Amino acid sequence: MFMDVILLLDSTVRLATPLLLTALAGLYAERSGVFDIGLEGKLLAAAFAAAATAALTGSPWLGALSGMVVAIAFALVHGAACITFRGNQIVSGVAINFLAAGLTVLLGQSWFQQGGRTPPLMGEGRFETITLPLAETVRDVPILGPIYSELLSGHYLLVYVAFLAAPFSWWVLYRTRFGLRLRAVGENPAAVDTAGISVAGLRYLAMVCAGILCGLAGSYLAIAQSAGFVKDMSAGKGFIALAALIFSKWRPVQVMGTCLLFGFLDAAAIRLQGKDLPLIGEAPVQLIQALPYILTVVLLAGFIGKAIPPRAGGTPYVKER
Amino acid sequence: MNAQLPRWVDLGLIPLLNLIVAFLVAGGVVMLIGENPVEAVEHILYGAFGFGEGIAFTLFYATNFIFTGLCVAVAFHASLFNIGGEGQAYIGGLGVALVCLAFDTFLPWWIIAPLAICAGAAFGAGWAFVPAYLQAKRGSHIVITTIMFNFLAASLMVYLLVNVLKVDGTMAPESRTFEEAGRLPKIGWFMELFGQNIGGAPLNLSFFLAILACVGVWLLIWRTKLGYEIRTFGANPAAAVYAGINPVRITVITMMISGGLAGMMALNPVMGDQNRLFLELAGGAGFVGIAVALMGRAHPVGVALAALLFGVLYQGGAELSFEMPAITRDMIVVIQGLVVLFAGALEFMFRPVVARVFARTATAKGAA
Repeated sequence: MFMDVILLLDSTVRLATPLLLTALAGLYAERSGVFDIGLEGKLLAAAFAAAATAALTGSPWLGALSGMVVAIAFALVHGAACITFRGNQIVSGVAINFLAAGLTVLLGQSWFQQGGRTPPLMGEGRFETITLPLAETVRDVPILGPIYSELLSGHYLLVYVAFLAAPFSWWVLYRTRFGLRLRAVGENPAAVDTAGISVAGLRYLAMVCAGILCGLAGSYLAIAQSAGFVKDMSAGKGFIALAALIFSKWRPVQVMGTCLLFGFLDAAAIRLQGKDLPLIGEAPVQLIQALPYILTVVLLAGFIGKAIPPRAGGTPYVKER
Repeated sequence: MNAQLPRWVDLGLIPLLNLIVAFLVAGGVVMLIGENPVEAVEHILYGAFGFGEGIAFTLFYATNFIFTGLCVAVAFHASLFNIGGEGQAYIGGLGVALVCLAFDTFLPWWIIAPLAICAGAAFGAGWAFVPAYLQAKRGSHIVITTIMFNFLAASLMVYLLVNVLKVDGTMAPESRTFEEAGRLPKIGWFMELFGQNIGGAPLNLSFFLAILACVGVWLLIWRTKLGYEIRTFGANPAAAVYAGINPVRITVITMMISGGLAGMMALNPVMGDQNRLFLELAGGAGFVGIAVALMGRAHPVGVALAALLFGVLYQGGAELSFEMPAITRDMIVVIQGLVVLFAGALEFMFRPVVARVFARTATAKGAA
């Protein structure tokens, strides 16, 4: 029983990682006043770029790098449309999602001829899990041993990166000059402009941050968790991450908690597939999987506190003339 | 930026320019794969218009996109972004299928069809009601809630098809096939009017329903009091409230009309083609509707033309992927993305340039 719980929590951490990285990406974009429903597309494009590069070069590091470059490129297209050309941010996000969904499979099929997959990565091309020091030695210690060796140790590097990125983002957002400006530009861009700081520049910088994080998330999906890209492998994770971001009311530490909760629901749904539960009968797997969406809708309806988005979100900034 | 331009430039030239750029970029993608874009276009056009069955398939796909395009367009007029057409169409399919499953053993098709239309529209409208109500009353953003409702619709339908509606003893998650009375007649006679053979294409009566829906939406938006209120609310909500228009009422009604149109789309695949309820029945048409509505500038005529274009791309794309295996049907999704990007998000990109050109010719004329 205890071991079951440890394993469940272990897969919770694994499943929460891409959500966390993607939700933090959304945090930077939306805190700067750019709504980003293109997270899903950036995640998918990054996963493809990472897998394709890792397959061709045999290096997961180059893979992750190219994942980030591609995600930044998509983020900048979104930025150009929303910041420079003052287009509709939702429409632009939809376009990003379409482009990523189409291009990944189209180019994948054209380059590798495996029905949109990238070639499976062998040993070297994929990130390896990290065993923390002494993990094997303490495995037999009761209670704490399994927690350390199963739950904390033995994850991919990107898992640790993701869980450090959340407190780091808190520090950036609330303890640095850049963070103060970022929050200000999402609430009141005119004030930032008056202070002599470029609104467009800050927002583009935020989009680059979002690209980097989406790139890491995509790399995790394609070259750490799996050994290659498959069609539509993000499977709505970008939208769950968006839901997590809203559920946490655009705050970094809470984002981490929400992503762990949503990851836990996912892990539980996988474990309960086809099993009978006491009282309810067969586990309602679809219901558990739908819970993140239901919770977000309930939150948005104002039944659990109030989710107030950054005030300037969704509107392009026009300097007065 | 705010320079006045002639109407035909704003409504004709600039959208056309955006579209041309979108298709030029699409041509670039084809070249990147190492194929000839001109040849690709020839294959698409032959596949879509070269023979009777192809034309019928083109119109069959266009039927779906007219409904979903109108769905997005109606919401646009109230400045609402209904991204949930996919989920509304999916749930609409449930309504259509339930009517067919309930009555197909003892009622004729011409009684079942109107009932199925109403049920599809009602289910779609019902699925749009909650996001609309939450937007109007509780201030939750409709884009986010409709996205969530797309996923909820997918989960619900998987549950129903796997646990409730599946035929006992089979593996496939789909309902039983409807009896003859639960099927819409194909319209081979319509194709024969033009000397074409429908072949095996599933073009059916819902095509005419789609045309009727275009007329209906035009009447609604530009010829009724409700349409005027919708447009006023869309243009300036504050002014609309000042004029005595109830924002909650308009938001909810507009979204329910929008969802109802999406729900009616399900008639085409469920009652017209497959004759059963199946997974993923909307097949992304709800999202194509976004591109169609943007391209058609939210006008029924524009929507019908844009839906036809996407019908051509879907049917021609099938032919294309057969002739040029390197270009899979995912090319259509890329084109969809480019159209949404250039005709939607970047719609103002060329306006300053065009405005400058017009200003220069105007001064030149003034000098001469």
